[in-house]
Amino acid sequence: MDALTLARWQFGTTTLYHFIFVPLTMGLAPIIATFETAWLRGRNPAYLRLARFFGRLFLINFAMGVATGLWQEFQFGMNWSAYSRFVGDVFGAPLAIEGLLAFFLESTFLGLWLFGWNRLPEVLHALTMWMVALGTALSALFIMAANSWMQNPVGYAMNPATHRPEMTDFPAVLLNPVLLVGFPHVMFGSYLTGGLFVLAVAGWYLLRRRHLDAFARAARVGLLWSFVSALLLTFTGHAQAQVMTRVQPMKMAAAEALYRSQGPAEFSLFAVGTPDGKHLVFDLTLPHLLSVLATNTWNGRVEGINDLQARYQRQYGPGDYAPLIPVTYWSFRLMVGLGFVALGFSALGLWLVYRRRLEGSGWFHRAAIAAAVLPFAANWLGWIFTEMGRQPWVVFGLLQTRDAVSPEVPAWSVALSFAGLTALYGLLAVLDGWLMLRTMKGGLDQEAGEAEEPEALPAPSF
Amino acid sequence: MSHVALVNLWFFLIAFFWLGYFFLEGFDFGVGMLLPFLARDDVERRVLINSIGPHWDGNEVWLVVAGGATFAAFPGWYATLLSGFYLPLFVILVALILRAVAFEFRGKHDRARWRRWWDRALFWGSAVPSFLWGMAFADVLHGVPIGAGGEFSGSVVDLLQPYGLLGGLAFLLLFGLHGAAFASLKTTGELAERSRVAGERIWLAALVANFAFLAWSYERAVTTNHAGLVPGPVPLASLGAVLATGWLLRERRLGWSFVATAAAIVLLVTTIFLNLYPRVMVSSLGPTYDLTISNTASSAYTLGVMSVIAAVFAPLVLLYQGWTYWVFRRRIGREDLAEGY
Repeated sequence: MDALTLARWQFGTTTLYHFIFVPLTMGLAPIIATFETAWLRGRNPAYLRLARFFGRLFLINFAMGVATGLWQEFQFGMNWSAYSRFVGDVFGAPLAIEGLLAFFLESTFLGLWLFGWNRLPEVLHALTMWMVALGTALSALFIMAANSWMQNPVGYAMNPATHRPEMTDFPAVLLNPVLLVGFPHVMFGSYLTGGLFVLAVAGWYLLRRRHLDAFARAARVGLLWSFVSALLLTFTGHAQAQVMTRVQPMKMAAAEALYRSQGPAEFSLFAVGTPDGKHLVFDLTLPHLLSVLATNTWNGRVEGINDLQARYQRQYGPGDYAPLIPVTYWSFRLMVGLGFVALGFSALGLWLVYRRRLEGSGWFHRAAIAAAVLPFAANWLGWIFTEMGRQPWVVFGLLQTRDAVSPEVPAWSVALSFAGLTALYGLLAVLDGWLMLRTMKGGLDQEAGEAEEPEALPAPSF
Repeated sequence: MSHVALVNLWFFLIAFFWLGYFFLEGFDFGVGMLLPFLARDDVERRVLINSIGPHWDGNEVWLVVAGGATFAAFPGWYATLLSGFYLPLFVILVALILRAVAFEFRGKHDRARWRRWWDRALFWGSAVPSFLWGMAFADVLHGVPIGAGGEFSGSVVDLLQPYGLLGGLAFLLLFGLHGAAFASLKTTGELAERSRVAGERIWLAALVANFAFLAWSYERAVTTNHAGLVPGPVPLASLGAVLATGWLLRERRLGWSFVATAAAIVLLVTTIFLNLYPRVMVSSLGPTYDLTISNTASSAYTLGVMSVIAAVFAPLVLLYQGWTYWVFRRRIGREDLAEGY
């Protein structure tokens, strides 16, 4: 394999791996803060125990997110130096701001939360976890601003001397329509992840009738959190489809394997294409639905791959401007499908809560454990769709992926790092999974991870 | 502000982020690599780890911010540095990943074998990046093959030059000394005393390595590497700080010995950045190929936006990070771990 192919696989693998931990961190932080705040308000010790219990799981997960995030910050320059040189003027700014605003906030306040149980006033201590939640959201905002610019470059002008884009309008970068709909989508996806994770852990305990009162509360919080998030995901997803139709019509067409332009356009439920993804063999569709999804009108016209390919060839010169259709088609479909399953499932759970049957429904507890997979899979599929759907571009309309790779890094170096990272990440996945399960099963009252410190030790003096 | 002023400002700021990173992570690297030598049992190892526990993650963010700021302000620097140093960086990042995980995972299970493996990860995860960062910065100053278009045109062998290896050794030993001073300041009883004695033992080697590296750098700064600034008395001050550390440790002026090791590191890295300026990477193929603050920089608009944001948020970050050091200012001793994990 050549360096480009290896670098692409390495980027995809390490980024998806990183995105196991990130949404859970973002989703869990506000729930833990909610538990701690609930304890402060009502003084019900169950909430304090829940905050500390989920805090332990949070820390294990956070460590993995931080560790794998280090690679993320540097691999742009390492493997994609031509890309970095080209886009740094615009893309680098949100990345740097993410570090300055978000990473310092997260790491510092998490340190305070973890080691500050006996040293900070209670209200201040709860506030530190809210600050962590704010930090993670800010981090998502700025990295999404960077990514949205790759999907839909705005607020820049090409420098005629260097042929590089230069930022001319920073507010426009932050008001990129792709960001305005994509950021809430990622946030609600993460909150759904946090909610269903809490629900799954609660399900495990309810099934075993352990800590019944505390985990019934946790399950209710998790359910409410999941339901609201899943509901809002459908709205943000719908808004995203319309922006995508406008700024990246090829991605929308690729999501639907829509080869010929249609108006009104049908939504494809299940399609079979030729193996190269160039032609349709069979397609089961719902009339008008794609028009509604993409344009918010009953008969709106949606452009097809063939017309777009012809248009892009006129605009950008000869080449293949369609992504891999089977990948985009199925990742999009499965993401949407899993999202709706999560919505239905959390609605069902809330109905059980309303009928006061949550604690007794063992089948639901089992299903809740399994349902934890849903948001993780949907998050992955969403990113696979949005990044693969942009191909062959790395920055839409400006730079193709094949021109972005580091020209001076030999394939064997990339192969070496890819093999090393795969081995390392594989090992960490096993250890992380084992430790998460062990900590999860350990019950509410294990006291691990916090350094208890009595008073009366001298401060170091000069 | 003009583009020239902005470009200078950002060179200064990025140097500041790196200084902050090496000053802060320097001591947690040091504690990490002294872990197997200072601690006699698991309780003492936990005391040492807890002394840096609330801080190491925040310290490491300085690295991420230095990286992000370089990307935004000097894309050409970011691209050539990271792709040119591909393999050393890969090793650094793997070491840092293992280390980060070790901090959180070690205490979650009390089997001796589990902890021994994570102790190894902490040791190597601290020592290897210390050495490789020193090597990388020495190489950047000494020059590596950079050809037309600002691309690195050498191989990994070009990075293993004697001057680079000496730089790595100087960083490694200074961080060790810095960590020993920190541990003697933050722990109690026998462990604090052992840390102090360890500092005394590392001291001479650190002094020699620092002297050799700085003398070589100074000699080059006035002869072959004269395109940069001559660092003047700064390297002497760095040496003076290391000298003072030895005396301060013997006199048990532990707070001041930590200040001295911090100064030695900051002044050493300052020497490198002074001699680098106005270049950001020296090309061994000739000065026409040097990467400079002007031929790698972003536009005035981007630098202006970044300056406003840094002016608002960097002081805020310093404030709340400083506050955590205040919250966790007390020493940590065996008694603290009597209960718990």
